[in-house]
Amino acid sequence: MIEILSSGALATVQDLGRHGALGLGVGVSGAMDGMALAAGNILLGNDDGAAAIEIPVFPFVVRFGRGSAFAITGANVVARLNGSPIEAWWAHEAVMGDILEIGPPEPSPWRAARAYLSISGGIAVEPVLGSRSTQLRGAFGGHLGRQLRKGDRLPLAPTGGPPRLDCGLVPPALAMPLEIDGLPVVRALPAAEHDRFAPASLAAFWSEPWKITSHSDRYGYRFAGPVLEPLAPMELRSHGIVPGVIQVPHGGQPIVQMRDAQPSGGYPKVATVIEADLWRLGQAPIGSRVRFLKVDWEEAVEALDRNEAWLGQVRRLVGLRRLQERAA
Amino acid sequence: MSALGHVSLLGTSALLFEAPGETTLDAQRRIWSLAREAMAWPEVREAVPGMNNLMISLRRPPGAWAPLAERLRLAWDSVEPLPLEGRCIELPVTYGGDGGPHMADVIAYSGLTAEEVADIHSAPTYPVFALGSHPGYCYLGGMDPRIATPRRRTPVLSIPGGAVSIGGSQTGVSASAGPSGWNTIGSTDMTFFDVSRTPPALLQPGDSIRFRIRKVLP
Repeated sequence: MIEILSSGALATVQDLGRHGALGLGVGVSGAMDGMALAAGNILLGNDDGAAAIEIPVFPFVVRFGRGSAFAITGANVVARLNGSPIEAWWAHEAVMGDILEIGPPEPSPWRAARAYLSISGGIAVEPVLGSRSTQLRGAFGGHLGRQLRKGDRLPLAPTGGPPRLDCGLVPPALAMPLEIDGLPVVRALPAAEHDRFAPASLAAFWSEPWKITSHSDRYGYRFAGPVLEPLAPMELRSHGIVPGVIQVPHGGQPIVQMRDAQPSGGYPKVATVIEADLWRLGQAPIGSRVRFLKVDWEEAVEALDRNEAWLGQVRRLVGLRRLQERAA
Repeated sequence: MSALGHVSLLGTSALLFEAPGETTLDAQRRIWSLAREAMAWPEVREAVPGMNNLMISLRRPPGAWAPLAERLRLAWDSVEPLPLEGRCIELPVTYGGDGGPHMADVIAYSGLTAEEVADIHSAPTYPVFALGSHPGYCYLGGMDPRIATPRRRTPVLSIPGGAVSIGGSQTGVSASAGPSGWNTIGSTDMTFFDVSRTPPALLQPGDSIRFRIRKVLP
């Protein structure tokens, strides 16, 4: 068990998402930065998709109810274990009663908004419809279907994973940077209504920086920039959508659907952020600016392959390190 | 080609098939049938009906998507309608007032009175075409085009559960509180989704809803 001693808003239990319930109106949810979640789990010897705590607001403080290996990935946060500073993106060990305090991200070569606290064996809340991710809209999954609060106690897997490794990782934001003119880039594929926007609007969409407004959360990011005009007004029939879809409501300011996106919608879609770059956008802080880069199908699939190759490399390195420690 | 329907990309996660022509129950029966067929394809994680359209989410993106798109179009051409029939539930609705904050927009757009909007809205029996949007939410077919009203310029950050709303030529009832781009014209009470039930959703495609006027508020 771990106990939440202090939590900012919107910390939730997340895994890699809930698949197979779209037909009930249930979206996928899951970690906004799936790469960080998987990497933290690999460091600990967990399954890639073991449930962890996603932390977007700091500080976040927990007490360990039993000894356990843990790792903090995602944002480059300042963390302290019983007051002593510890590194993010490194595996650590806590004993029963230890207090872990996760502070805000500090300036670093990569900008990321969310931290993930992974624990050996994973957070053992009951899976609902096949996932431990919190479904905020449906108020189920995760811990009681809601964000975490002070005093919450989360169950851990009865037996943890393998012993802790003294090992860390270079974050994917450093290993696979993607920037143009100093601004983070996310790649996108044109969607069904792309060509029904005015040429000047499309030029602006693909070239201007877009600001992430304060009305942005796990459901979606609302962007501010040039007004995007359709060639003619569009009213579409409701249809399935996925995280990453970039809708343009009649006001002309795009909304990118994120992990808690509803599974269907009807606003015109100019493009879709590729699955391989959702983690990048998921880490972009409110108030920051990003660019959208047009890619084709082959590039989008290759980007996904690269993510998987990076995770494969991490898995291999951690495995080698484990063999080394066992031999020592 | 358009008679075969149109396929577009939703990133590398999914393909969207859109049926040609007007939105009809007959076409929706073919969509249900197409969904059943596509679910059996090995590339497909889930086949999700929308309003005369079908999204197929992919287990992993294939090297090329054109063959899968072609397969969807051809399958659409050959599927037999699947005539799902289910139960009908009746929902009493309070139209207008605090629970219907966008009734004024529908009145302004349609040129009708609140009473006329309520009469027209509560007249049909609406078949559930698909579930989507949020847990338990039903997309309904058969709304009278006289009360069609464009989706809002900017989505509302939260509307309550039980909100009865109009988006374009469609209508529906929110199953829980959340953001919405539709025009809320009234409110009702019903639990559409309970994860402890099996199945968790109250209604499924082929079921239907009737709205009854409880009252119309100014």
